Amino acid sequence: MKVLLSGNEAVARGAYESGVVFASAYPGTPSTEILENIVQYKEIYAEWSPNEKVALDAAIGAAYAGKRALAAMKMVGLNVAAEALFYSSHTGFDGALVIVSADDPGMHSSQNEQDNRHYAKFAKVPMLEPTDSQEAKDFVGLALDISEKFDTPVLLRLSTRICHSSTLVELGERKAVKDEPKPFVRNPAKYSMIPGFARRRHPVMEQRLKDLAEYAETFPYNKAEWGDRSLGVVANGVAYQYAREVFPEASFLRLGMSWPLPEKLIRDFASQVDKVVVIEELDPFLEEHLKIMGIEVAAGKEFFPILDEFNPGIVRDAAFKAGLVDETVGVQKVEMGDLPPRPPVLCAGCPHRPVYYMLKKYGLVVNSDIGCYALAVLPPIATTDTLGCMGASIGVAHGINRAGVEERAVATIGDSTLWHAGMPGLLNVVYNKSNTVTIILDNLTTAMTGHQPHPSTGRTLMGEETVKGDFEALARAMGYDEVRTVDPLNLEELEEALKASLDSNKPAVVITRSPCIFMYDERPALYYVDVERCNACGRCFEIGCPAVIRSEAIHEKSGKAKAEINSILCFGCAVCEQVCARNAIHLVEE
Amino acid sequence: MKTTNFALVGVGGQGVLLASDILSELGAHVGFDVKKSEVHGMAQRGGSVLSQVRWGDKVYAPLVGKGSVDYLVSFELLEALRWLDFLKPDGIAVVNEQRLPPLAVSSGGMEYPSEERIRKALSQASKEYYIVPALAKAQELGTERATNVVLLGALSRHLDVPEKQWLEVIEKRVPKKYVDLNRKAFAAGQSL
Repeated sequence: MKVLLSGNEAVARGAYESGVVFASAYPGTPSTEILENIVQYKEIYAEWSPNEKVALDAAIGAAYAGKRALAAMKMVGLNVAAEALFYSSHTGFDGALVIVSADDPGMHSSQNEQDNRHYAKFAKVPMLEPTDSQEAKDFVGLALDISEKFDTPVLLRLSTRICHSSTLVELGERKAVKDEPKPFVRNPAKYSMIPGFARRRHPVMEQRLKDLAEYAETFPYNKAEWGDRSLGVVANGVAYQYAREVFPEASFLRLGMSWPLPEKLIRDFASQVDKVVVIEELDPFLEEHLKIMGIEVAAGKEFFPILDEFNPGIVRDAAFKAGLVDETVGVQKVEMGDLPPRPPVLCAGCPHRPVYYMLKKYGLVVNSDIGCYALAVLPPIATTDTLGCMGASIGVAHGINRAGVEERAVATIGDSTLWHAGMPGLLNVVYNKSNTVTIILDNLTTAMTGHQPHPSTGRTLMGEETVKGDFEALARAMGYDEVRTVDPLNLEELEEALKASLDSNKPAVVITRSPCIFMYDERPALYYVDVERCNACGRCFEIGCPAVIRSEAIHEKSGKAKAEINSILCFGCAVCEQVCARNAIHLVEE
Repeated sequence: MKTTNFALVGVGGQGVLLASDILSELGAHVGFDVKKSEVHGMAQRGGSVLSQVRWGDKVYAPLVGKGSVDYLVSFELLEALRWLDFLKPDGIAVVNEQRLPPLAVSSGGMEYPSEERIRKALSQASKEYYIVPALAKAQELGTERATNVVLLGALSRHLDVPEKQWLEVIEKRVPKKYVDLNRKAFAAGQSL
């Protein structure tokens, strides 16, 4: 029977069918749903690790224990886990390991655009790339077979469009696996990478790459699909699907294994077509290797862009410019005019909002981090000066303060992000004695990726109760004297804590603790504006809450719109009530 | 058969993704190859949402570009305008009569496009367009949440798929206790 599965659901199913017994990940768009689906299969132990490096180390451990393991992450997560990728490439395993890297061309939900095919070449490991959900499922099993046969981790590279597109998949049965513990295979020369041992492993890896290149020639998803031989398209990943639509008659060489490349197959293909074009998203990875092989590429990155993700329209436009097709898409010229944008915004009632309201008031240099609060970069809040990657906020704020600017620099970082990559930075501030104030935005969940549990929620991915990490105790153990926990929805309390921390001129931590609105079963309260009392001063608009809107009522003297509260959106946080100088905002008694 | 392309658009939280789940399941149910594509994550925080569904004998790409959509189903008036250039010139637009002013309008200085402007653009860009009171119909049935199935009912009038098959898929996709409500919602949409 065929069912519609997203690429992420298909990878989870593939893990199940191919006998995976251990899976680990840190949530990150577009990869999050892989583990969320794997956890449905009771045969697989699954965990949210605090970060991708730990997830990969743990999966490597499971593979050392002789099991089939999977680690999943978004593409920038592999930057975090890179060190583990490299040593595991040296050691290989008694069991098998597939590492899923979900790339995000177009940066739908990422801080940079990067092509993780380079990691395969860099770390000298094979990489598979599916073109739809069926292959996403099947490639998990193929990757594990390759991992076992060649004693190597295998990268499975997805992209946002593979992860979040649903296509029909034929389901299979779970492969029989032996899951009983067996004695650990002790082999320090293989698994303990001191220089002397690593030096002996390096030539093994080089030979492995040669063997893999040989295997790539016969890999069933590296194949020529013959059509009209005047044009030969070399493509991989979802770009192959777009190219198929644009060139229905052409010959194709699709590369399901993007590293190492099957040179014989590529040369053979190129010699049988009049001209070769390469269609791949992001970097000219295949194109460069074809050129190194001396193959003339008639159209590559000068037409098919490096930037952004593709779609059939983009591929057709590029093909038209390259003179490969006669017509481009007839996009209608619709007079749409200037449309009001609708970017994502912090929810009404979000406990992050008042923190940024307060930071703006004090004119601080705000260094932020990865999470929903990244939305505070843009209007209406627009109170963030720097934002780099997971955990960057604290280190950057420390550097700014140590180097010295007129203003004080502070860091804002979410609870899950602090556990992920914030702890070393937090330690650095107190160890190297800068007067940096770190604000831990503790909303008791990993909100942006869809409310996953983390090390201070008291819950695991598999739904078990567990310890709750304690930020106050953590900061004190690091040596902080200035540690305050406040409810950010209480502006007076929040301001007092911020002021006292800044005034102490010492390393300080402020934990602003209030649950994400999605943690409530129903909204706690609802507020309204007394139109008679409102004098249209606009202070409540400065909070930037989507529930506080301009009313039709106009204040006579100033001619400005008075405020109104959208009763559907309001979540009753009462922040607007606290900033109102006219006492015009009140609780709706229900 | 030629591939049929749908774009479902709206605002995060309006039920766009469930509607596109139903539409893609329906395609598979009647025997087509189906692909569906949407984006999760940051875009869901009250932002503009686009989901694409394709039916055909063999579908390659999970999404299409501008100028390629046969049916544009919009859950909101402004969003219909925003995604209008996805339509083919002979495409059909089915639009829910609902305004959700974004922040740029509700607390910023921008104007929500007038009905006249929306109608003009729709008539320019489509073969036929229908602005339907799907929200009002759903409210009559007691819940705004049924708006998506009302809209699917309105869309069904333009597709050659028997009602029975629509209802089979809807029954499969919605929780048991809401099956009856959703059957009514679908029927209400068919009459629009």
